[in-house]
Amino acid sequence: MDNDLTQATADYAVRLGDDALILGHRLSEWCSRGPFMEEDLALTNVALDYIGRARMFLGYAAQLRGGECTEDTLAYQRDCREFTNLLINELPRGDFAFTMVRQYLLDEHSLLFLDQLGRSSDSELAAIAGKAIKESRYHQRRSREWMLRLGDGTEESQRRLQNALDDLWGYTPELFLMDELETALYELGIAVDRAALQAPWQAAVHSVFSETAVTVPSGGWEVVGGRTGYHTEHLGHLLSDLQFVQRAYPGCQW
Amino acid sequence: MTNDSLQTEAQLNADFQARIDAEEKIEPRDWMPQKYRQNLIRQISQHAHSEVIGMQPEGNWITRAPTLHRKAVLLAKVQDECGHGLYLYSAAETLGISREELIQALHSGAAKYASIFNYPSLTWADIGAIGWLVDGAAIVNQVSLQRTSYGPYARGMVRICKEESFHQRQGYHIMMTLMQGSAAQREMAQDAVNRFWWPSLMMFGPHDAESAHSAQSMTWKIKRQSNDELRQKFVDQTVEQAEVIGISLPDPDLKWNEERGHYDFGEIDWKEFNRVINGSGPCNRQRLEHHISAHEEGAWVRDAIAAHEAKKQQRANRAA
Ligand SMILES: [Fe+2]
Ligand SMILES: [Fe+2]
Ligand SMILES: [Fe+2]
Repeated sequence: MDNDLTQATADYAVRLGDDALILGHRLSEWCSRGPFMEEDLALTNVALDYIGRARMFLGYAAQLRGGECTEDTLAYQRDCREFTNLLINELPRGDFAFTMVRQYLLDEHSLLFLDQLGRSSDSELAAIAGKAIKESRYHQRRSREWMLRLGDGTEESQRRLQNALDDLWGYTPELFLMDELETALYELGIAVDRAALQAPWQAAVHSVFSETAVTVPSGGWEVVGGRTGYHTEHLGHLLSDLQFVQRAYPGCQW
Repeated sequence: MTNDSLQTEAQLNADFQARIDAEEKIEPRDWMPQKYRQNLIRQISQHAHSEVIGMQPEGNWITRAPTLHRKAVLLAKVQDECGHGLYLYSAAETLGISREELIQALHSGAAKYASIFNYPSLTWADIGAIGWLVDGAAIVNQVSLQRTSYGPYARGMVRICKEESFHQRQGYHIMMTLMQGSAAQREMAQDAVNRFWWPSLMMFGPHDAESAHSAQSMTWKIKRQSNDELRQKFVDQTVEQAEVIGISLPDPDLKWNEERGHYDFGEIDWKEFNRVINGSGPCNRQRLEHHISAHEEGAWVRDAIAAHEAKKQQRANRAA
C-alpha cells in the first residue's frame, strides 16, 4: 500500500472504531440499571462486544498509522472535533425504549454493512467484519424481539417506542452518507458503499415495525456531521467521562 | 401439637441431622427444618444481594476505566457479578421464595447485603483494591461454601468460584501496575488499600463468639468454617501478596507469629462495623436508592413483556 492509501485506510478504521467505542460507552452506562437482571447482563454483553470491536478497529488504525499511536491514544487523547463517529451513537442512552430502538436500527445497519465489509480487499478489515457480524446477528435477534414486544406490549410501551423512533429517525440518514474518503476507498474495493444499504435497510425496518403499533416516520429532518467532527453537545461530556483518568494523570501506564 | 406429631418432628430432625453429618447434600424436595430453610433463605439472598449491589461501586468506573483493555476486563467482571446474583436468586427460589419477594425484602431493608459495598469507589485504584481485597475475601468465603449442605447453593458456589479467581487477579494486576507507576499512582494505590483493608476484614463478620447465626449454621453445615478461621486465611494469603508489590497494609500489629504459623493482626473497629451495617456508611442510602430507582424505571418494561405474552396467548387461543 502506498502511504496515502495506508493513511486513508487508517482514517476509515478510526471512523468504524469510533462508532463502536461511543456506542459501547452508551450501552455500558446501563450496567446495574437494566429493567431486570437478565437484561442488565445482555446489555453489558452487547457493550462488551462493541468495546471489543472498537479495540480491533482502533488497534488496526494505530498499526497503520505507526509511531506512538495505539488504540488507547486514539480513544483517550483526541478531543471532540477529532472524533468521527456517526452522531446516532453518541446520543444519551435515554430510556430503555430509546436504547433498544437505536440498537435495533443500528443492528439492521450493521448486518448489511458488515456483510459488505467482510468482502473488503483489505484482509484485516474483512476479518474484523467477519467476527463482528456474528455478534451483530445475535444483537439483531434480540433488539428485533424487543421492537415486537414493546410495540405490542402496553400503551405506555407503544408510546415510548414511538417517541424513541421519532427522536432517532433524523439521525439515520447519516448512516448512508458517502463522502470523498469512503468513495475513494470504495472504488479500491476497501470500503463499503453505504448509500447502497439504504433501500434494504428501509425494507427491513419497515417490515419489523409493520408488525407493531408504531409508525415509521416519513422523514422531514436529518442531522449530519459526525464524520467531520461536528458533533452534538453530548459527545464532549461523554469524552470527559471516558478520558478523565488519562487526562488527569498523563503519560502513565495503567 | 399432639404427642405423635411431636415425635415425628423429632424423628425428622434427627434423620435430617444424620444426613448432614453423613455429608449428604440436602435437595429442594427433601424435608428440612423450617429454621434451616429460613436460615438458608437469609444467607443465600444476602449473598445474592451482595453480588448485585456490588455491581455499583465497580460499575461506577466502567465508563472511566483508563484503557480499553481495562474497560473490557471490568465490564466482563461486573457482568459476572450480575450472573452470580442470578445463580443465587435461582438457588434461593428453590426454597420457595420468588425473586420479586427477595427484591422487595432488599428494598424494605429487611434483607441485608455485604456492608463493604457501602463504601465509595473514589479513584481508579479502588477498582484494583476491590478486585484484590474484596473479591479476594469473597473467594475465601465462597471456596468454603462449595461444601455447604444445601445442594443448589453448593453447586452455585462451584460455578461462581470458577469465575472469581479471575476477578481477584485482575484487581491485583491493577494494583501491581499502579505500584510500578508514577508517585501519584503509587499514592493512589496505597490510599485505596488504606481505605479498603479493614472493611475487607469486616466482610467475614463478627468474631465467632459474637456471631448470631454461626453456631446453628455450623451444625447444619450451612457454614463450614468459622468467621475467624476464614478471616485468618485471608490475612495470611494477602500479606504475602502485598509484600510482592510493595504496598503496605494499614495495621501496625500485623506480624508473623511463628508459634501459631499465622499472621497476627490488630483488632477490627467493631463500632465502625456496626455503624456502617446500621445505615451510617458513606453510601448506604445511595446504593439502595440506585437499586430501587432502576427497578422502578424498569417496571414499564416488565409490564410490557407481561402484556405482550398475554396478548400472544390470546391470539394463539383465538387461532386454535
Ligand atoms: Fe460475556
Ligand atoms: Fe461474585
Ligand atoms: Fe467477584
